Amino acid sequence: MVSGIPLFPQQGSTLAADVDALYFFIVAVTAFVALLVTIVVIYFAAKYSTNDPLEVGARIHGSIPLELAWSIIPFLVTIVIFVWSADVFFDLQRPPDQTLEIYATGKRWMWKFQHLDGQNEINELHVPAGRPVKITFTSEDVLHSLFFPAFRTKADAIPGRYSTVWFTATLVGEHHIFCAEYCGTNHSGMVGKVVVMEQTAYEAWLTGNVGGGTLAARGERLFSDLACNTCHLSDGRGRGPSLANKFGAAERLASGATVAVDESYVRESILTPQAKLVDGYQPLMPTFQGLVSEENVMALVEYVKSMRVPSAAVSRAEAPAEPAKPTVPQENR
Amino acid sequence: MDTTMPVAAPRVTYLNHEHTVASWLLTKDHKRIGIMYLMVVTFAFFLGGLFATVIRLELATPAGDLVSADTYNKLFTMHGVAMVFFVLIPAVPAILGNFVLPLQLGAKDVAFPKLNLLSWYIFVIGFLFTVYAMVAGGVDTGWTFYTPYSSRASNTNVVATGLGVFITGFSSILTGLNFMVTIHRMRAPGLTWFRLPLFVWAIYSTSLVQILGTPVIAITTLALAVERFLHFGIFDPVLGGDPVLFQHMFWFYSHPAVYIMILPPMGAISEVIAAFSRKSIFGYSFVAFSSLAIAIFGFLVWAHHMFVSGISIYSALVFSFLTYAVAIPSAVKTFNWAATMYRGAIWLKAPMIWAIAFLGLFLVGGLTGLFTAALGVDVHLHDTYFVVAHFHFIMVGGAIMGYFAGLHYWWPKITGRMYSDIWAKVAAIIVFVGFNLTFGPQFILGYVGMPRRYHVYPPEFQVLNVLSSAGASILAVGYVLVAIYLVASLFYGEEAGDNPWHATGLEWTTQSPPLPHNFATQPVVTEDAYEYSQREIKVV
Repeated sequence: MVSGIPLFPQQGSTLAADVDALYFFIVAVTAFVALLVTIVVIYFAAKYSTNDPLEVGARIHGSIPLELAWSIIPFLVTIVIFVWSADVFFDLQRPPDQTLEIYATGKRWMWKFQHLDGQNEINELHVPAGRPVKITFTSEDVLHSLFFPAFRTKADAIPGRYSTVWFTATLVGEHHIFCAEYCGTNHSGMVGKVVVMEQTAYEAWLTGNVGGGTLAARGERLFSDLACNTCHLSDGRGRGPSLANKFGAAERLASGATVAVDESYVRESILTPQAKLVDGYQPLMPTFQGLVSEENVMALVEYVKSMRVPSAAVSRAEAPAEPAKPTVPQENR
Repeated sequence: MDTTMPVAAPRVTYLNHEHTVASWLLTKDHKRIGIMYLMVVTFAFFLGGLFATVIRLELATPAGDLVSADTYNKLFTMHGVAMVFFVLIPAVPAILGNFVLPLQLGAKDVAFPKLNLLSWYIFVIGFLFTVYAMVAGGVDTGWTFYTPYSSRASNTNVVATGLGVFITGFSSILTGLNFMVTIHRMRAPGLTWFRLPLFVWAIYSTSLVQILGTPVIAITTLALAVERFLHFGIFDPVLGGDPVLFQHMFWFYSHPAVYIMILPPMGAISEVIAAFSRKSIFGYSFVAFSSLAIAIFGFLVWAHHMFVSGISIYSALVFSFLTYAVAIPSAVKTFNWAATMYRGAIWLKAPMIWAIAFLGLFLVGGLTGLFTAALGVDVHLHDTYFVVAHFHFIMVGGAIMGYFAGLHYWWPKITGRMYSDIWAKVAAIIVFVGFNLTFGPQFILGYVGMPRRYHVYPPEFQVLNVLSSAGASILAVGYVLVAIYLVASLFYGEEAGDNPWHATGLEWTTQSPPLPHNFATQPVVTEDAYEYSQREIKVV
């Protein structure tokens, strides 16, 4: 951490500099306008001041050209800011295809991070520098917000749905994690640190911290413990649809609509199975709401993800955190 | 109040024609009702200020060493509730609007005087409910009442506070309705729409927002109570609800509510700047229509509070664009105020000093909105101290400074007495300096990353927090000073005279304090507002 008075946050990610550049542009524009108006007002107040209460000002009622000028010029300037900021925003909101995936859960008052290799961390997150990291997260109770000031990004953790943030950390070291959405008594204690490591140090950390198998392996155990496998047979002849090679595809629903099978859809299908029923299947599946913790739902989601074409699943063993997304056909049904 | 009235002036005024307590509590006189609002709002202001004082004391050190975390959370919640619903929203419309609007229109009273009294009682009942909720243990949800924290997790007086807000809302709706009808129906002969003082345009636009927006916060608080008590799933995902729905409903009112707070002070500023520049307002119709534009477009930008709340990136795009669109009318007003001073005969009396201080602070508040409206920057700034600083510059630097400018301008009309001009200028400067020192450092704190509503914080943020707390103590001195010299003016102030500022406007054509029914004869208007070059408005 920086000692002394921090006047500016550290630039810890690839996008931090983009956000800061836009920030300084707006600082320049607003400082110019603020100074201009302040100087004009003070100048007028000094130049035209009088102590004779009976004196009157000039008979001026306005000027259409001036009104148009100071409506249109600020509008054009704000359009520049708008377009630029939308561009930065889209970069912040849309992760690249190849990311290191991490799951997280916010609950009062801690952040729990789950790595695909099985490591769990509380209020601490180890990530490698120079590699895009995507965090998929939710909340177990009330709203929270996962905030990385050094990476200039945050998103609310909302119970009942998945949010994502992504970043490519560039600055090795420790940076703050804050909860930015008020969540009750110990809101200001719901803080942690993200530890950015060189790739080799990160790999050493990974091997030194192996938990009980990978996240997908944990999901596989849950899949049989919860008897999901009695209906979701892989040959497609069960009472529920086969989940093999399903993630990333589009699914046709009983309602006639199609839905993209992503993390949120898998989660929803576990917790509220009747919400989006797959075409051709009966509404037989019970809800697992309240029976599976958010962390276990994430393990199940990760297991469903892993049930893809064998070649992709194998390649994940070498590159543990890179789901081989591009090999998955996008519209194969 | 009027016992010191000199024998030389035994005039009948709205203050001295009746003396009993009942004559106040049962009055249908808009002027007395305005003063009764002044009493309650001033009490709420010092109550909210007290909460703020403890907050700033706590934040002087990084550790949570003054109050407990739960107490701290209640303090910032109750500070927000008291200030937003019982100070900022009623201050200018209910106090100055009540007093000045019928006078500016040349009317005897508002259109529905009994309804006006009822509005005050509803306001007081809502306030008492809220004070009860505070005394009986407080509430800790933040003034935003976000679900599912407020509906499920908080075990404080959420419903009692919500009910207070719910009840007070009806006062706001009825006042808006009353003023709107008054402006339509009670204008003096010759007072056409484009001869109206700009304060009237501002109140009219505000009334529109009050009538259309306030029912939504009523529905929202009601739905929250239903979920808390009856466990209907509206906002709580466990019950099948959607927490983000609450934010949509809350901000659908609470963003336009910002314009309820700022439009009327903007109207007061237009009056003060024209009066003390002794000149027509520059671009009258642009200033008038910008009020309406702000009121209407203000309803279309609510989701800019929700850029990181899980809304789609494309809807975020639309709301960002609309937010920039609504910024333009505010900019137009500011440029017109500055231009009004050009070649004026500027008389730097206290109200003008407050108005210039308003200009400086509102400028910063408005311009920092360009940061929070910018999607790519707001992701970082959202829920940090930058936002806290931004909205305090608008709500306190803008709305409260504008309210004080208006209060100083109309005080001699309201009370018949003149306060100390020197002390009023000194107070304006103290408040200006204290305000900047309080909230200026918070912009930096926010960009460095300090989240809002933090009871404890990392030690590296301390220096900026200490600066902010130091500024707050200066600010407090300024506000107390205002209270002292204004109260003192009631007892020791010189008689103000009917038109101490030599201003145009019908309110200055009657005596100070005004007659019980405002005007001895029906005023007739023959010229535009602010015709200073022809001196006083001729009244037949």
